[in-house]
Amino acid sequence: MGLDIRWPMGLLFLLLGAILAGYGVLSDPAIYARSLGLNVNLWWGAVLLVSGVVMVALARRARP
Amino acid sequence: MHLGPVDYLILIVYFAFVLGIGWVLKRHQKTSDDFFLSGRSIPAWIAGLAFLSANLGAQEMIGMAASGAKYGIATSHFYWVGAIPAMVFVGVFMMPFYYGSRARSVPEYLKLRFDEKTRAFNALSFATMTLFSSGISMYALARLFEAILGWDFNISILVSATIVLAYILLGGLTSAIYNEVLQFFLIVLGFAPLVFLGLRDIGGWDGLVARLTEVSVSRGFAPGAWTQSWAHLGSPQANPMGVEWFGMAMGLGFVLSFGYWCTDFLVVQRAMAADSMDAARKTPLIAAMPKMLFPFLVILPGMIAMGLTSQAMGDGSFALPAKPDGTYDYDLVIPMMLGHYYPSGMLGLGLTALMASFMSGMAGNVTAFNTVFTYDLYQTYVAPEASDAHYLTVGRVTTVVGIGLSVATAYLAAQFNNIMDFLQLVFAFVNAPLFATFLLGMFWRRATGHGAFLGLIGGTLAAALHHGLTLPAGAMAGIKGGWLGSLHLYPSEMAQNFWTAIWAWSACFVLTILISLLTRRTKDDAALTGLVYSLTPKPPRGHGSWWRTPEGLGVGVLLLAAVLNVLFW
Repeated sequence: MGLDIRWPMGLLFLLLGAILAGYGVLSDPAIYARSLGLNVNLWWGAVLLVSGVVMVALARRARP
Repeated sequence: MHLGPVDYLILIVYFAFVLGIGWVLKRHQKTSDDFFLSGRSIPAWIAGLAFLSANLGAQEMIGMAASGAKYGIATSHFYWVGAIPAMVFVGVFMMPFYYGSRARSVPEYLKLRFDEKTRAFNALSFATMTLFSSGISMYALARLFEAILGWDFNISILVSATIVLAYILLGGLTSAIYNEVLQFFLIVLGFAPLVFLGLRDIGGWDGLVARLTEVSVSRGFAPGAWTQSWAHLGSPQANPMGVEWFGMAMGLGFVLSFGYWCTDFLVVQRAMAADSMDAARKTPLIAAMPKMLFPFLVILPGMIAMGLTSQAMGDGSFALPAKPDGTYDYDLVIPMMLGHYYPSGMLGLGLTALMASFMSGMAGNVTAFNTVFTYDLYQTYVAPEASDAHYLTVGRVTTVVGIGLSVATAYLAAQFNNIMDFLQLVFAFVNAPLFATFLLGMFWRRATGHGAFLGLIGGTLAAALHHGLTLPAGAMAGIKGGWLGSLHLYPSEMAQNFWTAIWAWSACFVLTILISLLTRRTKDDAALTGLVYSLTPKPPRGHGSWWRTPEGLGVGVLLLAAVLNVLFW
């Protein structure tokens, strides 16, 4: 229907992943006491980046 | 709960994408078919995820987590019993008639199959119901944000309503569907770490079971009452839900579940927008697969919250807040857990997921409303022979009016909570018997228009009568029932609801058959081709292996659901 949903979805995941992972690197480690000592921003940002890459790859492959 | 700049940034990025998607789709909205039915061009996997998400409003998320805390794993019956079989049924057996008849809405199918008055009854009640449910959920969410974030009630409502309005006006149903798909991924991505952190905190599944065992015992139930889904359904007194297996299986698993998934245009519309018969039939089946796993995402946090609360020492570990009357405020499970475990950053993602589920739930209601209003009410009764461009304009105007009315409803809900409870009750009465009408309509060619219409009215009255004559334990006569007298006392409100549905369905089923036999058929076999099972040529068997057919997929889905039921028996 005109727009392949995987494009905006992939781009959104890449952008959010970059924001989260970037914040995970820059933020004060003390804030991760609440998440049981895990830097969830960094880890989950990386997961978002990977999902973004997969989505964009799928969208590119589908393009005629 | 305090939001940092990074949290607001994430929220703003999401809003920008939502509006951007609408903007790009704008070029493709040329006909009313594009606007209301996405030009019937949506691939199966997108329609499937939208089918799932349209039902997954924020209220559903918050409510299911609350039930997880209150009743434990038995809440999964709302998924593994109360959704999956009905989703398989609508895909395998009913979609050939919905999609094959080219009806543009569920009420329009009723018009084709039965008659005008049956359609009008369904269209009117459905249109009103969607407006109210979108208003009520808007109210609930604005209240929640006010409570946990201190956001202004009016601003929450205005901003969310404006964004939903903008993206539906721009991209129509396609916009709504795309955002539902986006919401699905956001919910999974936003909540999965919460479940992980919660489980880690409580000591894994074994730790959770140990703590919930103490909860069960301290409340006078058998040790597994919170962690076993079927084992304690022998009698209503043995489980915290207060229901027994028959009421659960028949009321929830059959009447309520089939009535919702098979006849509610909000979800069926997603499948009608699919790009082929095969895709339309697979839509609910594709939706069923993630649906089966959602209890782990939405019910588990509630159970974890309950387990943690039972052991809280007031030393900063997680605990649910208590309400003034001493009971826990279960509706705060999700927001409290987000605030407890998520640092700035993830908190923004979690809230975005909640916001997304709320907005797409509202958009789902609005797109279903504008379609039913334009095709089933406006085109039928006001301007039958207008041009397509005219209906497209009417659809857009209806979208604006619909959202305006939803906002008004939200404020009405803020003023008069009792009216809302009352209206929801009335809608429950109207909906309860619906599946009997569709079942007879699709599988019995002798069912007539008079039979269907009077059966529906009779079923609705039976629901009201049953509610008026029974009372859940501990309730006063009034909105909870018993307003006509009290013939029977149910152990819980849930049990009363299930049995109201069973009575309504049975009354509608019997009445429709009796009245159909007494009245003359108005549509001959030729007019019913494509609308009734025995008169419709079977859809051509797709090429490819058996497990790629809807039937094969359906069997697979049912087997998986059975395995889950046994695993958590």
